[in-house]
Formats: sequence, C-alpha cells, structure tokens
Amino acid sequence: MKILILGAGQVGSSAAYHLSREEANEVTVVDTNADVLRELQDRLDIRTVVGHAAHPEVLERAGAGDADIVVALTDTDETNMIACQVAYTNFRTPTKIARIRAAEYMNANNLFTQDAIPIDVRISPEQLVCTHIEQLILYPGSSQVLDFADGRVRLVGAKADRGGLLVGQRIATLKDHIPNTEGRIAAIYRDGVAMLPNGDTVIQEGDEVFFIADRKDIRVFMSEMRRLEDPVRRVVIAGGGNIGVRLALALENTNQVKIIERDPRRARQISERLNKAIVLVGDAADEELLLEENIDNVDIFCALTNSEEANILSSMLAKRLGAHKVMALINRPSYVDLVESGSIDIAISPQQITIGSLLAHVRRGDVVKVHSLRRGAAEAMEAIAHGDKDSSLVVGRAIEDIELPAGTAILAIVRGDRVIIAHHDTVIETDDHVILFMTDRRKIENLESLFQVGVSFV
Amino acid sequence: MNWAVVQRILGLLLMMFSLTMLPPIVFSLYFNDHSWLPFVEGFGITLLAGIVIWLPVHRSRKDLRIRDGFLVVAAFWAVLGTFGAAPLYFADGLSLSVTDAVFESMSGLTTTGATVLTGLDTLPVSVLYYRQQLQWLGGMGIIVLAVAVLPMLGVGGMQLYRAEAPGPVKDTKLTPRITETAKALWYVYLAFTIACMVSYRLAGMGWFDALCHAFSTVAIGGFSPHDASIGYFDSALIDCVAIVFMFVAGINFSLHFFAWRYVSIKHYKQDPEFKAYAAMLVVLSLVIVVSLLNYRGLDDAGGTIISGVFQAVSIATTTGFTTENFALWPSAIPVLLIFSSFVGGCAGSTAGGIKVIRWLLIYKQGAREVARLVHPSAEIPVKLGKSAVQPRVVDAVWGFFAVYVVVFVVMLVAMMATGLDQVTAFSAVAATLNNLGPGLGDVTSGFMSLSDAAKWISIVGMLLGRLEIFTLLVLITPVFWRN
Repeated sequence: MKILILGAGQVGSSAAYHLSREEANEVTVVDTNADVLRELQDRLDIRTVVGHAAHPEVLERAGAGDADIVVALTDTDETNMIACQVAYTNFRTPTKIARIRAAEYMNANNLFTQDAIPIDVRISPEQLVCTHIEQLILYPGSSQVLDFADGRVRLVGAKADRGGLLVGQRIATLKDHIPNTEGRIAAIYRDGVAMLPNGDTVIQEGDEVFFIADRKDIRVFMSEMRRLEDPVRRVVIAGGGNIGVRLALALENTNQVKIIERDPRRARQISERLNKAIVLVGDAADEELLLEENIDNVDIFCALTNSEEANILSSMLAKRLGAHKVMALINRPSYVDLVESGSIDIAISPQQITIGSLLAHVRRGDVVKVHSLRRGAAEAMEAIAHGDKDSSLVVGRAIEDIELPAGTAILAIVRGDRVIIAHHDTVIETDDHVILFMTDRRKIENLESLFQVGVSFV
Repeated sequence: MNWAVVQRILGLLLMMFSLTMLPPIVFSLYFNDHSWLPFVEGFGITLLAGIVIWLPVHRSRKDLRIRDGFLVVAAFWAVLGTFGAAPLYFADGLSLSVTDAVFESMSGLTTTGATVLTGLDTLPVSVLYYRQQLQWLGGMGIIVLAVAVLPMLGVGGMQLYRAEAPGPVKDTKLTPRITETAKALWYVYLAFTIACMVSYRLAGMGWFDALCHAFSTVAIGGFSPHDASIGYFDSALIDCVAIVFMFVAGINFSLHFFAWRYVSIKHYKQDPEFKAYAAMLVVLSLVIVVSLLNYRGLDDAGGTIISGVFQAVSIATTTGFTTENFALWPSAIPVLLIFSSFVGGCAGSTAGGIKVIRWLLIYKQGAREVARLVHPSAEIPVKLGKSAVQPRVVDAVWGFFAVYVVVFVVMLVAMMATGLDQVTAFSAVAATLNNLGPGLGDVTSGFMSLSDAAKWISIVGMLLGRLEIFTLLVLITPVFWRN
C-alpha cells in the first residue's frame, strides 16, 4: 500500500517506523525540516520529500497521484485539513486521515463531509491519550485497557501480584474461582518474553497478564490477578496542557482533581474552564507545593507536561513523597522501558496509543480496530469475518480448525450484541467481529490473508 | 563495528557473484572454444569462498549500520576484483600473472577499460565475453544489483547503496523502497543495453559483437573484444550509435527513470546538470573538430567530424573507446581530451570522473565570489536550477575536490617513482582515477608495459575512482575503527 505521511513529528516518525516495517507498504514522508527527514531516512526504508505538506506541488512530488492513504500529522490542524482537501480534490486519494487537535473542530457538525472538508478519519491524540488514562483510572491496577466492539469487550493488561487469587495456580482453576463469568487469558509476558497460555500454565508473581472479558466482568477478573485496589478518589495532574485539561474535565465530577500549571496566565484560563477541579499555580517538581497539597494522600499522580524529562522527574518525586501511584507521559520509546522498571508505575506513550488507530486503516481485510502493545512488538486487533465457508478461511470453521500463524490466538467474538469468549470449538459466522492477539507482529501478513475474502485455496 | 553482519552480507554477495561466471560457460560451449574449464574453476572457488564466509554467521540477524555499509562495499569491490580475476588467471591461452589478472578484472568491474591483454582478436570467445560482462555488472553497480535482488538487505540496502552511488547528493530515492529504486535503475539500465545492442546490430555488427559492445557502451566501460576497439568496424554508422549511447549512459539515470515513468522529457530540460553536461560535450566536440579540420584540411571532412565528436564524447564521458590513436593528434588535443575526463558524466550515471554536478557547483561558487566583490553586502545563495543548494553539499563538493587532487598528486608521484615518464604517469593516473581507460605516452593502447608496482597503483586508483574515494578513504582513518 502506498502511504503518504505528512509531518515528521513524533507521531509522524513513529507512524513511518511502524508502517514501513511491513513489507507491503511504501511510505513517503513529507516535512519542511530537511534535517529531521535525513535522520529519519537513515533509519528507515522510506522516501522523504522536503516541502510544505499542504502545497499541491509538494504533494505531487511526494507521489500523491497514486497514494492509497494520506495521513496528515503536521503540527497545525489547518494544514492537515487543507492537505486532505488538496489530496481529495487534486489527486482523488481514497483514504484521508488527519490529526485534528482542537476540540472545536472535532465537535463541529457536518464539517468533515466530502463536500466540505473531506477527511475520512480524524485522530485526536489528546483525546485518545485522555481516554486511555481515564480507563486506567477506572480500573486501578491495570497497565493497559483496550476497547473492542465499541467497548463491549475489553482487553486488560495487569501485573500479577501476591494478592491475586489466581497467582501461583494453574489457569484451569479459573473456572472454580469465578464459575459464572466468561473470560480468557490472552497472553502472559514473563521477563519480557511472550507466552500463549494453556490450562496448565501457572501464573507467577510479576507476570504481565493480558486478559479479555466483557466490560462488566473486568473487576472480577482483576481480583484474580492482584489485590483489588480501592477506587481512585484523589487525582493530581501535573501540566495544564490540552491533555491535562481534558483529563481534568473528564474526571472532575467523579474524583477530587487538582491540576498544577506553571504559567499563571494559562492557569487562569483553565481555571475558568474547569468547575470543580482546583488549579494550582506552581512547579510540579516543587517539593513544598506537593507536600502542602497532601501528596501522600493522593491516589494517582499524572505528569502530563510537554517535557518528558520533567514528567519523569516530577512523578518520581511524587512517588517518593508518598503518592500511591504515578503515571508519566513519555514520548521516547526507549524511556518507557527505562522508567517502568523503576519507580514510575505506568508510562503513557501517546505514539503507541495513536498508532493503533492508523494501523487499522492500512490492514488488508476488514479491520475495525488495532491496538499496538509492548512498543509495537505485539498487537491486538478486531477484524470482521466476511464471506461464507467457500470464500473465507475463517467463516464456518471452529477455531481449532483455523490455521492461525504461530503466536496468534483468537480471544473473543462479538456477534451482534453478544460477546462470546472463544473456545476451541466456537464456530465463526459471517459478520462476526473476531478479536485476535498476536505476540509476534511479523506474522501479520499471514493473519491478514485469513480475513480476506475470495482468497483461492484448494 | 558489527562483524557478523558484514561477514554474512559479504558471503552472500560473493555467492551471488559466483553465478555471473556461468554465462561465459554457456558461450564457451556454444562457440566450442575449449575454455570453459577456467570459468568452472572460478565459479567453484568463488562459490566456495562465499559459503565459507557466510556459513559461520548465517544466523546473524542484525541491522546494517552506516559504518558497516562502507566496509561491506569497499571490501566487496576489492574482493570481487580479486575473485573476478580467477577465470582470467586460470585461462590457458592467456597465461597472465596474478597482477595482470587482477588488473584486468578490476579494470572491467570499475568500468575503466584499461587492458593488459594484446591480440584480443585471437582470444577465446568466452574470455572476451567475460571481460565485457564484468564491465556491464560494474556499470550500474553490483551492489545496486544486489540490493535489487536480495530483499533481506532491507534498511541496510540504503547504507550500501549510498556507499556505492556516485555523486554529491545520495539521499534521493526514486521510490519509497530502496529495493524498488534499485530495481528501477536496473530496468532502465537493462532497457538501454538491449536498445544499444539492437542498434549496433542494425548498424552492421554481428550479434556477438553487438552484445559485447552494448555491455561496455552502456556501462561506460571501454572494453572491446577487438584490439582496434570500435575502430575495428570502420563504420560511421556504428560510431554514431556509440556516440548516442555513450551520451545517454552519461546522464543521471534518475532522469531516465522519470522520463520513462511520466512519459515526458521535461525532467531533462529542467535539470541543470544535464544542460551543463550537454553543453560541455557540444563545446568540447566543436573545439576538437575545428582543430582537427584546421590540421587535416577539408578532405574527408565528414570522417574527421565524426572521428572528432566520437573521441570527445568517448573520453569526456570516461568510456575510452577509440577509433583512432588520439595520442597522435596534433597540438593540445590529446591533453585537452585527457583533462575532459576529469569532468566525466553526471552524478547517478555509469560514468567516472569528478562528475558534472560537482564542477557546476564549484563554478557557481566561483561566480558567487565575483558577485560578492561587486555587491559586498548581498546575500547570494548557490542555486541549482530554481532551488538553493544546501551549504553542506557545497562543503562536501569542496572536500571531495581537495581529496581528489591530493590523491591524484600522491599517485602521480608514486607512478613516477616506479620509473615512468611524466606524461605517461600523469595520463595513467588520470585514466585510472577517472575510470577512463586509455592514456597517453606508454599507456596509449594498454597498460601491459608497466611494472607490477605501477599496475597495483593503477588497481588502487581504479577502485578509488569507482567508489569516489571517500568510501575507501574512510576505511583507513582511525576514527572509523575507533569504537
């Protein structure tokens, strides 16, 4: 697939990285900064074009004429929108994806139609990150919560600890613990190595366990992995940027929210937008300020400023001062591994959260949702099975008869409104939403071909 | 330095290269020239060496870094020159020394076209074919070929490609994937070769001669299966075909690619390097033709014109075909021709030399200094066409130029130290470093009279010229090896 990425910022670069790793994709990146592009081209097998992303001449040079997808990820919403408009008007590009930051655009009606601003998919990283954090707060103890089928099913990652009922026991005993709930353990990461579990696998302390279950059963499952934590009440957010304010707005009615902002003018602005949350003016790394605001009673401390180094340091400080759990927004993938083994509980990587929504559109077959996990090494995806027993490799077959690539498992099926947790004899029907987990994403092409209709086979 | 990766790729490339010794066997059996054995031996040795190098590390799966790329390319060209010499060394009729065999093989691969063989017309067909094939493989770049056919090189392919591609700006890709870019270049190359072969055939050559000359014309090599080179045919039509294809092969292949893809010639018209290249050849041809006519008179004016243009294009593009012994031409013409080879073809072509674009940038810098004298406070960027050139590129051009001169002087002194006279030494260095082929003085028709030491200096010169010096030079700096 020919993909045009506009903007080589953090999200743009990581999109280029993920997309160009797949053999079938031809990626071209456009940016105004030649140095960034040169550096990017050294690392990745891509083509780069220097120029303004919305100019028709630049797009033409970048090969918009035969591109299948344009992904506009530049800094400014307006550039992204015009770029998609140009791609649509001048080059008839089939799929146009754009990052739109401003909620004002996102919420406007009838704006993103073919005869106005032709953008097929709008991505708001701030929105995605905010939802991500919200869900982590909703399920205390989880390290990742991924929605499928509009949130009917959730895939949750959690670190097993001593308090979990299942820890130290075989997975098969799960049925005895919680007889009336259905769910499945998707994968276990032990010392960074993936395992697809079976009934005899014993969960150990320190394993990162991914399990899937109906939305209503998540809490019950969580108690199997670790001692159930009390619901989060007190939240401190460091950084009053877009993400911080969104999060504060989302949480202020259910939690006690304090938000720390350094710039007095910005603080004043956001205090006007927030109703219940308290806006504090000051430095998030100021020990006095944190102590004064009872940091030792805080359930969650979220460092969400622009500077990842500041996020890391301020959340480490908060942890030392007694915050129960700390999260830090970190862009650089190499930092993520570094800090999660230390005193920071959860590193939030905006790129990884955003990339999933892009990947869903470059997959062949009808793929609804893709979540990228473990720095892109693993992937969870939701695909729709089409066709019938003759034209499809999955429809009309029991799961045990489907030839899945190694390291892949079918976790659940959503049929209409019903969530079916996959068993070896579950038969897939047409139009089922199939939820899969892949520990090795290099097998992705084999998997894609399973979900394509009309593949000829004997 | 990541030795396992370097070793693995080197082994793979050698195994791939061994396959190129199979076609000569076919020719040998078809023409029944009784010299298939050296090629079987060469094939066996090369394949075996490749396997021995590759097998211990074939499981290594690391990515190639930029530094490794330089080492792979330099090592590969050096090793290739050596293994490529195997069939020539083993061939009975030739009885070459190791030095001569390596010289001939390196001269082929680097598309220089200087030879140490005499009596070419009596040699076995397969040996003659093999020399031409070496040139053809070296023309577009054997690494580029490898990148095109070995997809597992991946990102590493770009590092290799950059270390081999000629020209000051090496980041331009024709397509997003390096593999596709390499394939595109080879398709264009292949298309020109076929077109050239058919044209030669129609102009009167036999099929075998047409194929051999097409190989060395499009590669801008200069080898010929005849002692008299293109002059053997004594045909104005063939000369004209050669002129056209040498000219075409000296153009940046990216332009050919775009012309083919968009079915238009506007890319040629817009390219400043192409315009400078064409202008240079026209002016040079005019100067030479006028001087020749002045000297020879107007009898057979047509022949003189073709001969002059042919020699101008052949030497300036660094091909090195000859129809006459131009060393005997009057006044400054021979020296002018040798100097024109310093310009060479365009970047991204199969030609040698310093490349037109570098000269163009140096000229523009000079013009800028003049403009600055007139307008001391003006802001004057160096521009190519409509876009300004990055200062980094201009710096790199000056750096390259300086190193070229230094390397030239060092080699010149070394050559003279082996006992050559100044004209011979100068033209021998120019002929090898610019990948030209024929020189003046004792090396007019070949390098056979040189001592072994001088031949080895020439071998190094050819390699330096083909890899544009830096790829090789970087290997002898301590910085490169320091971890």
